[in-house]
Amino acid sequence: MPDIKVTPLGAGQDVGRSCILVSIGGKNIMLDCGMHMGYNDDRRFPDFSYITQNGRLTEFLDCVIISHFHLDHCGALPYMSEMVGYDGPIYMTHPTKAICPILLEDFRKITVDKKGETNFFTSQMIKDCMKKVVPLNLHQTVQVDEELEIKAYYAGHVLGAAMVQIKVGSESVVYTGDYNMTPDRHLGAAWIDKCRPDLLISESTYATTIRDSKRCRERDFLKKVHETVERGGKVLIPVFALGRAQELCILLETFWERMNLKAPIYFSTGLTEKANHYYKLFITWTNQKIRKTFVQRNMFEFKHIKAFDRSYADNPGPMVVFATPGMLHAGQSLLIFKKWAGNEKNMVIMPGYCVQGTVGHKILNGQKKLEMEGRATLDVKLQVEYMSFSAHADAKGIMQLIRMAEPRNMLLVHGEAKKMEFLKDKIEQEFSISCYMPANGETTSIVTNPSVPVDISLNLLKREMALGGPLPDAKRPRTMHGTLIMKDNSLRLVSPEQALKELGLSEHQLRFTCRVQLHDPHSDNDTLGRIYTHLKSVLKTYSIQHVPDGTVIVESIVIKVTSSAEEPNLKVILLSWSYQTADSTATKKKKIQL
Amino acid sequence: MSAHINHVVVVLQQVSLEEVPAKKLRLTKPSKSAALHIDLCKATSPTDALQYLLSFARRPVEAESVEGVVRILLEHYYKESDNSVRLKIASLLGLLSKTQGFAPDCIVDDAINTLNNEKSHQVLAQLLGTLLIIGTQLPDKIAVVQRLIDVACKHLSSTYFGVRNKCLQLLGCLGTVDKPLSKETDAGPGAQTSHVRDVQSVISDYFQDQDPRVRTAAIKAMLQLHERGMKIQQTIYNQACKLLSDDYEQVRSAAVQMVWVLSQLYPESIVPIPSSNEEIRLVDDSFGKICHMVSDGSWVVRVQAAKLLGSMHQVSPHFLEQTLDKKLMSDLRRKRTAHERAKELYASGEFSSGRRWADDAPKEKVDTSGVNLIDSGACGAFVHGLEDEMYEVRISAVEALCSLAQSSPSFAEKCLDFLVDMFNDEIEEVRLQSIHVLRQISTHITLREDQLDTVLAVLEDSSRDIREALHELLCYTNVSTKDCIQLALVELLKNLTKYPTDRNSVWKCLKFLGARHPTLVLPIVPELLSTHPYFDTPEPDMDDPAYIAVLVLVFNAAKSCPTMPALFSDHTFRHYAYLRDSLSHLVPHLRLPGRKQTASSGLEASGVGSGSLESAQNFLQDSLVRVSALQNLETPGAQDLLEFTIRDLLRLGELQTELAGSADFCATYLHCQLLLTKWLSFDDLEFLYSGLETQQIATIHNVRLQAKALQLILTARSKPGVDRVLGACEKFLQDVESFQRLFMTELPHFQDSFVEKLLELMPRLTTCKPLDLVKILQTTLRQSGFIHLKLPEQIHRASATIIEPTGESDNPLKFTTGLVVALDIDATLEHVQDPQTSVKVQVLYPDGQSHIIHPKPGDFRTPGPGRVRLITQVYLSHSAWTEACQIEVRLLLAYSSSSSKQSASKPAWNESMDGLPTSESCIEGTIHLSKPVKVFIMPKPARR
Repeated sequence: MPDIKVTPLGAGQDVGRSCILVSIGGKNIMLDCGMHMGYNDDRRFPDFSYITQNGRLTEFLDCVIISHFHLDHCGALPYMSEMVGYDGPIYMTHPTKAICPILLEDFRKITVDKKGETNFFTSQMIKDCMKKVVPLNLHQTVQVDEELEIKAYYAGHVLGAAMVQIKVGSESVVYTGDYNMTPDRHLGAAWIDKCRPDLLISESTYATTIRDSKRCRERDFLKKVHETVERGGKVLIPVFALGRAQELCILLETFWERMNLKAPIYFSTGLTEKANHYYKLFITWTNQKIRKTFVQRNMFEFKHIKAFDRSYADNPGPMVVFATPGMLHAGQSLLIFKKWAGNEKNMVIMPGYCVQGTVGHKILNGQKKLEMEGRATLDVKLQVEYMSFSAHADAKGIMQLIRMAEPRNMLLVHGEAKKMEFLKDKIEQEFSISCYMPANGETTSIVTNPSVPVDISLNLLKREMALGGPLPDAKRPRTMHGTLIMKDNSLRLVSPEQALKELGLSEHQLRFTCRVQLHDPHSDNDTLGRIYTHLKSVLKTYSIQHVPDGTVIVESIVIKVTSSAEEPNLKVILLSWSYQTADSTATKKKKIQL
Repeated sequence: MSAHINHVVVVLQQVSLEEVPAKKLRLTKPSKSAALHIDLCKATSPTDALQYLLSFARRPVEAESVEGVVRILLEHYYKESDNSVRLKIASLLGLLSKTQGFAPDCIVDDAINTLNNEKSHQVLAQLLGTLLIIGTQLPDKIAVVQRLIDVACKHLSSTYFGVRNKCLQLLGCLGTVDKPLSKETDAGPGAQTSHVRDVQSVISDYFQDQDPRVRTAAIKAMLQLHERGMKIQQTIYNQACKLLSDDYEQVRSAAVQMVWVLSQLYPESIVPIPSSNEEIRLVDDSFGKICHMVSDGSWVVRVQAAKLLGSMHQVSPHFLEQTLDKKLMSDLRRKRTAHERAKELYASGEFSSGRRWADDAPKEKVDTSGVNLIDSGACGAFVHGLEDEMYEVRISAVEALCSLAQSSPSFAEKCLDFLVDMFNDEIEEVRLQSIHVLRQISTHITLREDQLDTVLAVLEDSSRDIREALHELLCYTNVSTKDCIQLALVELLKNLTKYPTDRNSVWKCLKFLGARHPTLVLPIVPELLSTHPYFDTPEPDMDDPAYIAVLVLVFNAAKSCPTMPALFSDHTFRHYAYLRDSLSHLVPHLRLPGRKQTASSGLEASGVGSGSLESAQNFLQDSLVRVSALQNLETPGAQDLLEFTIRDLLRLGELQTELAGSADFCATYLHCQLLLTKWLSFDDLEFLYSGLETQQIATIHNVRLQAKALQLILTARSKPGVDRVLGACEKFLQDVESFQRLFMTELPHFQDSFVEKLLELMPRLTTCKPLDLVKILQTTLRQSGFIHLKLPEQIHRASATIIEPTGESDNPLKFTTGLVVALDIDATLEHVQDPQTSVKVQVLYPDGQSHIIHPKPGDFRTPGPGRVRLITQVYLSHSAWTEACQIEVRLLLAYSSSSSKQSASKPAWNESMDGLPTSESCIEGTIHLSKPVKVFIMPKPARR
């Protein structure tokens, strides 16, 4: 049986380092090529040696698809394409293509320039890698080659995030990447049509969460920030430069404007300006409100939010600072956190998921003392708040997407094993479809039942129609007679006559024969005559002919009488009928016996 | 050419021979059909023919010649081989049979016959469409309808979707469910069932058609049946539910409606839950299913589902409440058994809310056999709807919430949080709508402090509509604590300083807030009035709007809290007296302890003193009774009495806003009576007050007639000359007749009145000479009694106040001569009927020029019942002036009465009326509605 094979190289029962290999209809596709935030060694990147031990990947992969620009989905791309070696096409949406290199460059700078790592990809490699990118539009079907086609759907999550449908023949896989089913201040909700894929590969970061309404969360968030600022405290919001950051900026910006607050809001890193530029550009990828109002005012032109300078962190008085990165594992956010951690008036709000091993994860789990490099310990006195602003679908959202797409099988990635287990049970029970959750390196194969397209000649169809019967119904199978010709990689169903003609064959007739022995003293001809008269009297409705050459023909049945030389009384009656009339002949025969 | 004409005549004769020969009309008016025929015969190619037909279709056809035209068209139809031409002819047939006054039953047979030989599917579909039109024209011809239905059933098995569509449409529009179809038409799609089937089951077969368009048409046909009042059977419920998960948007959209219709028809019938052996009410089941559609992939369906939810009032409360619950729902359908209730208890901790870190570690593995996350779709439907990306969906969800909350107080309580959250929506329309909705359900709810906080934050919104809607909301809101009152006051005062134009609205809001929560206001009174137990505090400034606002709140609370005045300091009492007089509509009457009645008018001494509405009403009644004792106005003292009564009534109107309308009306009426001898416009009386009964209108007309009679006498005396009087007499008699015509039913009430006498004398009046008539009139007038007013019940005086411009500005509005300047006008209108057409803005220039401006319909907004707000711009322009001067802006109420219709030509837009007297200028057909406001303007000469 044909099957679809899925092997996660990362993100299998894990969050981060998304990289999934899919083999479908003889094509190999890599979905996402991310890095892991929690590691600084080889485990950071997916293990490409799984694909091939030595040599380039080009011959093993038909294409690479990147769902969105977050580093855990595209961080290993230059490493894979330039250092391991891949020259095939890389697909991503326009905004992803624009923003991805900025993030990669930033990531490279931190790793190489700050930490002094060697054997890392260079700026040139990022550029070379981006040259291999083919941009995608929403709902545009792109033929990768003659058989493989891909199509992108809107996924919410971040600007330019896409879900991808991969199709070979009638087999298809949908990979969601990260997606969000509830719209927010700047992005719409993920949407997919009822494409009924054979397999839906979905992220499951929030597999066991059903979130409160987003307005509650927004209000809580604003209230917490407002209270701290009124108390004179400082608020640190660690974010990734793009995505949630813009969402929270819009939220705070409008709130500041409405409440007429004066405390400064800062945004760290120069990345923002570049990124905001792209947000302004790709306004069509945002939600209804921003799309409709941008003529009067582009929501991404902030009035209250200013660029951050390192020296501001020591300024007295309240302030709100957005700093990267989002999990407090390095960079500016960690620096500021160290400075402010000692004061209980201050607050840190973690607006999203934190990977195990990061400072963010530790403080969220209530650690009060943190070990820093060089044996120093840091007392955490400031308030730690968690507010799920991650634009990931929650359990209900995942269910909703499944209902929208109606897949035949389900595969969960990008989540914690325990939580996945729970969701898996739920899915299996709700939709009664099988659900898989392979670990990294583990291959899951899904048996498919691909339909084989066959061309039917119009004449044959018309003939079938003329026979009458119910109208053709797309949902019900129907039997018909015809000849299947398999020739030159194509299948055709034609009428038998046409098939004979085309193939240059002559028609063979299949006849059944049967011998019956009778004791009859009459001559052969008389016997035949008697049979003839008898049949005539029995089968009144059939046309019966006595042909002079010594046969009786009842429709297509031929009857002959012969007798052997040694025993003239023993007559052998030969019955012969064609294949088509087998059934009716049998009944007639019975009648004759009678 | 002549050959053609001959041909026409021949054809027409042939046609007429076939028919009843009496129909000569076609021969007398052959032009149209003949021309068509000629054209069609001339046509060499299908394109030509099409052109002729198209141009023919543009002209109307008289009802008499329709049949002839139809025959000609049919004739060509049979000859024509081109599909498109036949299609056009078919559509023309339908068009023609719609002609007014034409009964299409004569062409039914022909139309049906055309179907038999038609091969083209498109044409067939069009022909069926034509039949549909014919059928809808003849709904009561049962035989015809039956034939059409048979035809439709026959063609239902067509392979072309258009034909099936039209057939279903036909069945939907014409079919009846109570009568089974006849046997020979019983041709379902393959299902050759032998038993007799009705239209509904035939249509429902097509719910599973392979073509989505046909499926849609089938559901629509079913809905059509329902709309026509046919009883739809419940049997299709399951099929309709299956269609909710159809691949196609339009099918789902129609199916949602279908399910809704069924839920309204059979709310109480019981349906089984699949995959379990339990049963629920149908309305609950369908509610759950429609809730599900709120998270559909297509926003059109989502909008529809959200809207329909609002009208499902019969749904059980626990299902309703789930719509606001997004937490995992552990299948409330099974809640009845104790075992399952226990399960629900610990399943509720199953999902985390996402507000706290790491609260989402799965606890115990639940036995999930009963937990059904998806199928019980009601769960969180509104949470989804309110969070939807498209604001159309959010608005429909808000509206649905409103309608459901109005019928269920407990639901109202629950949805409060969600509605308050919507105040922060990013789209203003949604915010506004949710504020309105909260106002509508505010009787059921009490706001908590945090909710109020969120609500009040909106007061800083820059949009005036939002702020005013919020004031309106606060008027009707119940709050729970005194802190809430304080919070609201502080925010309202902030609002007042930020937007001074909101003054009236803020005051009014505080009036209601105070009157609603006297006990909550009581403990904070000292703080509000900043009084101190030992020290005298400085007297606040009486003109400070914020101080007035506080006083309005306190005084209204004090009305139903007698202990409160004890906390007032001396100046507060003084301020009360002042405000009671100057802002009587905002400050109620208070019974102040140990003090004399502050208002010392004789009126209150005579019974209104208690301040209650009832006594005021009694007083009004008494006054009218007193006046009615008068038999004749010429009795000595009668006029004095009238004058006093008028004064009393006017004063009463000022003090009792509730009765202002009635009192004013009576006063004005009496005034008119008094001033009968003078020239008076009675139009005010009739048009300025709404809610008048016919009798009262008739009374007014009576007075008008009296005045006219007087006028007539006056003309006759002062200007001798028979011609002039003759004309006037005729006009007067016409008026009398029209009075009789209009108020025939009211005549019994006019015993002894002028009109009655006049009508008695009518035969004499019409025949006699003008001078005699004048004499008769004179005596009748003197003899006629005074008609007494019955106390009017529901009278409101139409009024308008211009809020902006205030007329206080000393800075002239400067603009260049010849160009225009826009003046913003903001006015409130009360009790104006049909303001869009009747309210105009008048601009009066110092040189006597007067402009009338008709505001756009969109400029009128309705913040509350009976109140309309006009926010518009008028354009001013004038030639150069040497110095700034004031213009007057006022609102006019246009009316049209029987008498003024002939005389008053409608003033065109911006039509200037030169040469009218400036001060008392009143454009004919209009009444002054508001006081004029003066605006300084200064047209400067253009600089070159």
